[in-house]
Amino acid sequence: MIASHLPVLVILIPLLGAVLAALSRHGFAAWLIALLASAAMAAASLALLFRVQAEGMISYRIGGWAPELGIEYRIDAFNVLIVVLVSVVALLTMIYARRSVLAEIIPERIAWFYTMMLLCVAGLLGIAVTGDAFNAFVFLEISSLATYTLIALGRDRRALVAAYQYLIVGTIGATLYVIGVGLIYLSTGTLNLGLIAERLAGIEGSRALIVAEAFIAVGICLKLALFPLHAWLPNAYAYAPSSAAVLLASTATKVAIYLLARFLFTVFGGHVDVGALPIGAILIVLSVAAMFIASAAAVFQNDVKRILAFSSVGQVGYITLGLALANPTGLAGGLLHLVNHALMKGAAFMAIGAIVLRAGTAKLDELSGIGRTMPWTSAALTVAGLGLIGVPGTSGFVSKYYLILGALEAGFGWLAILIVASSVIAVLYVGRIVEVVWFREPAEAARASREAPLELLLPMWVLAGATIWFGIDAEWPAGLAAAAARQLLGGAP
Amino acid sequence: MTILPLNDPALLALSLALPALATLAIAWLGRWPNLREAATLVGAVLLFAVVMMLLAHVLQGARPELKLVAVAPGLTLALKVDPLGMLFAGVASTLWIVNSLYSIGYMRGNDEPRQTIFYACFAIAITATMGLAFAGNLFTLFVFYEILSLSTYPLVTHKQSPTAMRAGRVYLLTLVGASMVLLLPAIVWTGLVAGTLDFRVGGILDGKLGAGALALLFAMFVFGAAKAAVMPLHRWLPAAMVAPTPVSALLHAVAVVKAGVFTVLKVTVSVFGIETLQTSGASEWLVYVAGFTIVAASVVALRADDLKRRLAYSTIGQLSYIVLAAALASPVAVLGAALHIAAHAVSKITLFFAAGSVYTAEHVTKVSQMDGIGRRMPWTMGAFAIGALSMIGLPPTAGFLGKWFILDAATGATNWFAVGVIVVSTVLNAAYFLPILTRAFLRPAKGPRREAPLPMVIALSATAAGTVLLFLFPGVPYRLASMIVGG
Repeated sequence: MIASHLPVLVILIPLLGAVLAALSRHGFAAWLIALLASAAMAAASLALLFRVQAEGMISYRIGGWAPELGIEYRIDAFNVLIVVLVSVVALLTMIYARRSVLAEIIPERIAWFYTMMLLCVAGLLGIAVTGDAFNAFVFLEISSLATYTLIALGRDRRALVAAYQYLIVGTIGATLYVIGVGLIYLSTGTLNLGLIAERLAGIEGSRALIVAEAFIAVGICLKLALFPLHAWLPNAYAYAPSSAAVLLASTATKVAIYLLARFLFTVFGGHVDVGALPIGAILIVLSVAAMFIASAAAVFQNDVKRILAFSSVGQVGYITLGLALANPTGLAGGLLHLVNHALMKGAAFMAIGAIVLRAGTAKLDELSGIGRTMPWTSAALTVAGLGLIGVPGTSGFVSKYYLILGALEAGFGWLAILIVASSVIAVLYVGRIVEVVWFREPAEAARASREAPLELLLPMWVLAGATIWFGIDAEWPAGLAAAAARQLLGGAP
Repeated sequence: MTILPLNDPALLALSLALPALATLAIAWLGRWPNLREAATLVGAVLLFAVVMMLLAHVLQGARPELKLVAVAPGLTLALKVDPLGMLFAGVASTLWIVNSLYSIGYMRGNDEPRQTIFYACFAIAITATMGLAFAGNLFTLFVFYEILSLSTYPLVTHKQSPTAMRAGRVYLLTLVGASMVLLLPAIVWTGLVAGTLDFRVGGILDGKLGAGALALLFAMFVFGAAKAAVMPLHRWLPAAMVAPTPVSALLHAVAVVKAGVFTVLKVTVSVFGIETLQTSGASEWLVYVAGFTIVAASVVALRADDLKRRLAYSTIGQLSYIVLAAALASPVAVLGAALHIAAHAVSKITLFFAAGSVYTAEHVTKVSQMDGIGRRMPWTMGAFAIGALSMIGLPPTAGFLGKWFILDAATGATNWFAVGVIVVSTVLNAAYFLPILTRAFLRPAKGPRREAPLPMVIALSATAAGTVLLFLFPGVPYRLASMIVGG
C-alpha cells in the first residue's frame, strides 16, 4: 500500500528526480522532470497532511528497523505544515523557473540547476520529516551543498563570493550542530529525537547537555540567519539566480527554524535545567534586534533583492520571537508568520525575478515607473510588501496580531509596542519600492519592458493571492498553526 | 413602512458593494471619460439611496447587522449600524454626490492627468469610509481605517511632484505609523482585557482596568487615530493639501479626518462608555490637549497666507472641538460632537470648494491675492462667506449647533478651561476668516466677472445651502445624535 510509505516518498521523489535530471543533461527535459517530481511531491505531502489530520502522528520506520537501531520518520501536526509549505512552494517555483532560468543560466548548466533544486528540496523535506538527530544533519548537508551550488550558478560574478561566504558559514553551523548531537549521543546513547526526550528526563544537571543545547542552538541559528548571524544571507539571495532565490527565501530558513523549534520544545522542552541557559531571553533580544536593525538596513539598500533579503532577516525575527514567547498564542503567531512570510516573500522574489527578466535590472533607481509597463508584476510586489508591513487584509496582519496578543498574554506590554514599532520600518522600505515603481515617470528600463509572461505571473499570483486570502480568511492556516503550537508545547512527540 | 429583517443585511452589503463596484467600473471605463464619470455619479446616487433606506430603518429603531467573514478566531469582519455611524455614513454619502459633480468640473477645468486612477482611488476611499462608519467591532474599524489611509495616498501624491511625494511620505508615515504603533496595540489590549472587540453602548471596559491604565489606553486610541489630527500628530493634514482640491474637500475635510474623530467618539461611547470615563477621569487630560490644539491651530491659521493651508489648520482646530467633546464625556457633549461632525463637514467642504473654484478660475492660491475676488466671483465667495460664518459658529449656519451643545456641556461640567478655549477660539476663527471676506468683497476688483465652471458652482452653492438648511432643519441629525447615548 503506497499510502503507508508517504513519509519516505516525499523525499524519494525529489531525490530520484534529481538523479534523472542529472542524467538527462538536457535543459528542457530536466525542467520537465523537476516539474513532474515537484507535482508528485506536492500531492504526496498534501495526502500526508490529510492523513495526519485524520489519524494523528505518523511514525515510519525506514526499512522496518525499529528506533534505536533504525531511523524513524515522524510526521505530526507541526512538521506536516513545513512539508506542505516546502513542497507547494517548490512546485510553484518549478513552474516559474523555466523562463527565468533560460535567461539567467548558461544552457549547458541548466540540467545541473534543476538537479540542485531537487536535491535542495529533498534535503529540506528530509530535515522536516526525520525523527533522527544525525539523519537531520545528513539532510542539512544535502540541502546546504545543493544551495551553495545554486547560488554559485548566478550570472553575477559576485555570486561566487556569496556562495563561498555561505559555504564557510554554513559549514561552521553544521559542524556546531553535529558537535551538539554528538554530546547528546554520549549522554543518552541514542539519536532518535523521541527517545532522547524520554531519556533526558532521567538526567539531572548534566553540563554536557547544556553545552549540547548551546551548540545546537547556535549552529541552527547560523542556518536560519538569526541576527547577528545573518551576514551570509543578503548576498546569497541577491546574487543567486532568481528562481533559486525564490526557493531559498521562502523555504530554506523556514526549515532551519523548524529544526530549532523541534530541539527547543520537543527535545529539550523543560528537561534540561532551563535556568542555566536563558535561551528564551537571548532569543527575544536577538529577535527584537533583527526586527529593528535588519529592517532598518533594508531601508538603505538600492538593490530590490537586497531590500527583500534584509527584510527576510528582520521577518525571521518575528518568527523566532514567537518561539521565544513559548505560549500558545505567541507560538501559533510565530508559526503562522513562518507560513505567511514564506508565501509573501516567495511572491516578492518571483516579482523581482520577473522584473529582472524583462527590465534586466533589480536596482531600485533604474526601476522608475515599471508599474506602468508591468502592472501585474508590480501589483504582486506591492501586495507582498503590504503583507510584510502587516496591513490588515493581508496574512501578515493576522500573524502579527497573534504575536502581539501572545506578547501581551506573557505580560510583555513593551514587547507588543516593539513589534508594532518595528513594522513601521517595513512601511519605509516597502514605501520606497512602491513610490519608485508606481509614482515616478517611467525610466528607460521601464519603457523597454513589457508585462511578464503568464507562466511567471501565474505562480506569482498564487502566492500573492494566498497572501490576501489568508488575510481575509485565516481560519485554515491559523488552525494548522495553533495545532502545531499545541503539539510543540505538549512536550514529547 | 415595515422593517423587513431580510432587507437590512442586504442594504448593508450594498453600502460597501456599490462604491466597490463603482471602483471596478471606473477602472474598466477609463478610456471613455464620460462613461467613467457616469459610473462615479451613478455609484454615488445609488449609494445615497441605499444609505437613506438604512437611515429610515435606523430612525425607527432598527440596528442592522451583517457578519462578513470570520478571519481567524477572535477576528471577525462584521458590520453593525448605530446612530453615530449612520450619521457619518449619511454625511459622507451625501457629500460624495456633490463632490463628484465638483470633481468633474475641477479635474477637467484644470486638465489634470491620471484621472482614472483618481476617480478609482476616490471610490475605494468611499468604500472604506462606509465600512468604517458601519464597523461592528474594533477589528473591522481598524481594517477600513487602514484601507482609507492607503487608498488616499495616491490621491495626495497625485501631482507626482517632489513636494507631493514628500507630502505623501509624511501622510502615510504619520497615519499608518500611528495606527500601527498605538491604535493596533490599543485594540489588542482592549480585546485581551474585555474579552471582546464588539462595540457596545456603555462600553466593554467597565471595571476591568484601573484609572491609570484606562487613561493610557484612551491616549493610545486618541493618538493612534492620527486622522483626528490632535497635536502633535497634525502635520500630515497641511502636508496633504498638495492634493487636488476635491481630495482636500471630501477627504481631508470630511471622510479621512472625520474617520479620525469618529473613531475617537465611537471608542468613547462604545468601548469605554461615557460613565466609565467620567467616574475614572481617564479622559480629563485630553481636555487640555484638545484645548491646546484648538487654540494653537487657530493661531497658525491666522498667520497662514496660503488659503488651503489656512483651511487645513482651521480643520485641525475644528476637529479638536469634537475630541474635546469626547473628553468631556457627557451625553450633551456627545450630542454636540456628533452634530459638529455633520456641520463641520458640510461647511468645510463648502470652503474648500470655493478655494478650488477660485484656483480654477483665477489660479489664486493665497489670501493676499484675493483682493476684490468676491465681486468677480459672487457665487463662489458668497458660499465661502456662509462656510466661514459656520466655522465661527454664527447663526443661521450649522456650525452654531454643535458649538452650542459643546459649550453647554463644558459649562454643565463647570470646566472653565474648556469654556475659555471655545470662546478664545471663536474670536480667533473670526480673526482669520473675516479678513478674507473683507478683502474679497470690499477691495476693488481687478478684472471682469468670471465664475468657475458650472458644475463647480452648482456643487458649492448646494453645500452652502446645506450649511444653512442644516441650521434651520436639524431634525434628522439631531435625532440620530440624541440616539447615540440613549440607545
